[in-house]
Amino acid sequence: MTSTAQAAGRSPVRRLAGTLHRRPRLRLSLLLTAPLLWLAVLYLGSLAVLFISAFWTTDSFTSEVVKVWSTDNFEALFTTPVFRQVILRSVGVALAVTALCAVIAFPVAFFTARIAKPKWRPLLVVAILTPLWASYLVKVYAWRLILSQGGLADWMLKPLGLSGPGYGLTATVIALTYLWLPYMILPIHTALEQLPANLLDASADLGARAGRTFRSVVLPMVLPSVAAGSVFTFSLSLGDYITVQIVGGKSQLIGNLVYSNIELNLPMAAALGTVPVVVIVLYLLAMRRTGALSSL
Amino acid sequence: MQLSRSARIALRVAAGLGFAVIYVPLALVLVNSFNPDRSASWPPPGLTFHWWSVAWENTGAREALWVSVKAGLGATAIALVLGTLIAFAVARHGFFGRDAISFVVVLPIALPGIVTGIALNSAFSTVLEPLGVGLGMFTVVVGHATFCIVVVFNNVVARLRRTSGSYEEAAMDLGADTFRAFVDITFPLIRSALLAGGLLAFALSFDEIVVTTFTAGPGVETLPIWIFNNMTRPQQAPVVNVVAAVLVLLSVIPIYVAQRLSADTATESRI
Repeated sequence: MTSTAQAAGRSPVRRLAGTLHRRPRLRLSLLLTAPLLWLAVLYLGSLAVLFISAFWTTDSFTSEVVKVWSTDNFEALFTTPVFRQVILRSVGVALAVTALCAVIAFPVAFFTARIAKPKWRPLLVVAILTPLWASYLVKVYAWRLILSQGGLADWMLKPLGLSGPGYGLTATVIALTYLWLPYMILPIHTALEQLPANLLDASADLGARAGRTFRSVVLPMVLPSVAAGSVFTFSLSLGDYITVQIVGGKSQLIGNLVYSNIELNLPMAAALGTVPVVVIVLYLLAMRRTGALSSL
Repeated sequence: MQLSRSARIALRVAAGLGFAVIYVPLALVLVNSFNPDRSASWPPPGLTFHWWSVAWENTGAREALWVSVKAGLGATAIALVLGTLIAFAVARHGFFGRDAISFVVVLPIALPGIVTGIALNSAFSTVLEPLGVGLGMFTVVVGHATFCIVVVFNNVVARLRRTSGSYEEAAMDLGADTFRAFVDITFPLIRSALLAGGLLAFALSFDEIVVTTFTAGPGVETLPIWIFNNMTRPQQAPVVNVVAAVLVLLSVIPIYVAQRLSADTATESRI
């Protein structure tokens, strides 16, 4: 009797708060209901339907989707020469971009983390980060301007008797490298900054010159961060199709194939879309062995 | 590591070149917005403010900007609510499938945008269109919110992990109920993380083009879509130049605000 009287005496808000406090399960389910409906039902649900639809086909006369299970689309992926070429080209571009990013990022990160005066370092990090906030499209557009006929690239190379690469696959690699470079500089910078100075001193005490210390001490400790950065540069390059449309000329990557199939043959587009997903998952698994993912 | 003098100089030069590579294209966009010529040939024949006033009058660009702002605000609001809810669940509760949830949150941004885009597109057109909701502003906001949740989640969960629950417990010992403790203790502790996460979410939404392409109906044109559609039109080139220059200038604001909010958000990567 007394307990009900006490409960009745409290305001409803207070009672609800008490119930929530006593029942963590209820609290948890209230926290998770909305987000899970959104992510699990809306997002994962759509993804699941998309991947199932990769096993459907399209009526070649009416362009209607035929919902009969078949692996035709995946067979076409492996047997059609164009698809094979484009897939290999996309992976090649993604690897080239990753390698270029690593090569450019390392000296920049080494400078910002260890050579520059300590009071300048935070400012340099901001200087690396600022372009991340500039619009993706504007950055690709900048390269469209640079590589256009008679543009900056042509003007700079003219005295050497050369001309810029123009629009094409090279331009795509350059623009993508530019876009994702900060994603590579930052993890390397962090790793180099955290490198204990006494390890370097010890190496020097034991008679190692700079080159030897770099190979035997610095590089092994920084490699996981390079791998972590490469996850971004690789997967972002692999899925891109806008940059190719802007500076790629006539070249095509896997994203463009997906895009051009969406209207006419959605099941084929879905099957093509699984390719970057599978490649990225394989890449992530490979990178996991380097310990990169824990430093993401 | 004792570097030789020449190695130091070489590194300085390499880093200088690296920074040049980062900033020359952005500077070029700024300079080119004053180019009186419609082509992008270098060097520009002169400098003019003419295109800036032309761009100011351009209704297409202004409307697109407004659409982008509305979509960004909507997506940020949803992402703030959902991301914070998940962050509290993950940081303050132990339960089966917790790691899976952290994974699902990252997925929309980890998968290529085109995959997220067509998945949402086909879901919207098969489920929502029979209900009378066509592709439009609503679907753009839903699509953007899906990949914005992760940045709010990351910021809030990092903050919650650093602040222990003992403050809330102390408040409750002193008689505060769950809501009171949240308002007086927890919310002030996570406020700057929410601001930083919201800012990142808005920037992410503002910049997004791929998911927007697939979730916007024909009538909805965000600023990136407008730029993309007008980029290859010689007639519109000067206006695109100015809009691009404005976006480069505006990008300084979020980095400044993030820097002021907290040192840790500014040095973390964008996602």
